[in-house]
Amino acid sequence: MPKLADWTTGVEAILYQSCASCGKPQYFRRGFCASCGATGLAEKRASGKGTVYATSVVMRAATPETRAHVPYNIVLVDTEEGFRMMAHGANDLAIGDRVSARFAGFAGRLVPYFEKVN
Amino acid sequence: MSWIAGVGMTAYGKLPGRNTLDLMSEAATAALQDAQLERADIDGLVCGYSTTFPHLMLSTAFVEHFGLRPSYAHSIQVGGATGFAMVMLAHYLVEAGAARNVLVVAGENRLTGQSRDDAVKTLAQVGHPVYEVPLGATIPAYYALVAARYLHEYGITEPDLAELAVLMRRHATAHPGAQFREPITIADVMASKSIAAPLKLLDCCPVSDGGAAFIVSREPTHAARVKVRGCAQAHTHQHVTAAPALSELGAEISIAKAREAAGLAISDVRYAAVYDSFTITLAMLLEDLGLAKRGEAAARVRAGYFGRTGEMPLNTHGGLLSYGHCGVGGAMAHLVETHLQMTGRAGNRQVRDASVALLHGDGGVLSSHVSMFLERV
Repeated sequence: MPKLADWTTGVEAILYQSCASCGKPQYFRRGFCASCGATGLAEKRASGKGTVYATSVVMRAATPETRAHVPYNIVLVDTEEGFRMMAHGANDLAIGDRVSARFAGFAGRLVPYFEKVN
Repeated sequence: MSWIAGVGMTAYGKLPGRNTLDLMSEAATAALQDAQLERADIDGLVCGYSTTFPHLMLSTAFVEHFGLRPSYAHSIQVGGATGFAMVMLAHYLVEAGAARNVLVVAGENRLTGQSRDDAVKTLAQVGHPVYEVPLGATIPAYYALVAARYLHEYGITEPDLAELAVLMRRHATAHPGAQFREPITIADVMASKSIAAPLKLLDCCPVSDGGAAFIVSREPTHAARVKVRGCAQAHTHQHVTAAPALSELGAEISIAKAREAAGLAISDVRYAAVYDSFTITLAMLLEDLGLAKRGEAAARVRAGYFGRTGEMPLNTHGGLLSYGHCGVGGAMAHLVETHLQMTGRAGNRQVRDASVALLHGDGGVLSSHVSMFLERV
């Protein structure tokens, strides 16, 4: 089976792994389930839909490339599939907002960018 | 049983012309003097790390530089929790009979040894290299995410957080070694520039140069008898994305285990030294440790509870927020101040009773925790 690719390598997708044994989803890719240790993991593409868990609009960036984007909103999103991820989001997002992901350019890379859905 | 036989510390702030080994040496010299010990008495050495001197063998480099011949030495790294984790290790080494006198030392020219951008960039690397760092997140942003959620869940406000910055500054005004000694107000904190909402500049600790050292011994070496009563750690995650719920963080786990190890309750504590990299860190930890009810840390500050003359004096040197943060040495300053308080040597900052102290350190993004009880006997 060809390995799927996601935004971390410049492809417009959010991937996660789902454990065949315990059913737990995990976002940080590894060769086993961090919950139960099983190695039978299915790679899946996430819907990009979720709920905002936390937000922080960054005003002080660390590099000239990221400084050009200030202010930018770093968000933690609890996805519909049950894992939490960090991404960018519209500056007016609030905790609890239902959101959906698109992709945007940031400091020469592609990042997930969440916007509010009604 | 182990004793904190001596402590030493530099002023924190801008100390140009001194590198990591210089600052470590200065602090180690002061600690040896305080413990009335010689270099030859030191048979154990525990070091941390320095971002301006990223050496593979910092402890051995210091052995050679300072002129030691220990039979046990190495470095450990758990971010901001390193200082108290080093003491915990030294305590176990002494209890196990592996060493009689363990030197615990750290120093870093974090402020003048690199550009501010480099400092921010280096520290951001505690984030996930694939899933977090490329998003332009910084340490303040990681903590700001936690802050945003904590404010949301417990109905705390930004002016509430500001109370903790004002308190730390008030305490720092009485310490000649503190990096920032000008009093500040809630309005000053609220008006300071936003770094990563809801955290503003004065919600964040500064970057500092400095060094600190302790000697942990099998015997108390002078009149000041301060013993390690009990300690514990907890590690639940590294990255904020993978952090457990706010109600399941490591501080609550480590304090429960430390209480059991020490056979003490929070009601026995007379002095508190709690990690305060950001106002939110301090507010959360005070509440996780049981030094304030959930959501009530700021109210306790307003009531004077954590002041020098209050019921539970807290970080009377000014904490990371105002004494300064030079990396591993940052939290070690909390222990140096605690020792001075416990031994009645804190001068104009002296509190009425510091017979039992609770110390707590946090590394990463509330990732690594060390809780420790000290007792004067």
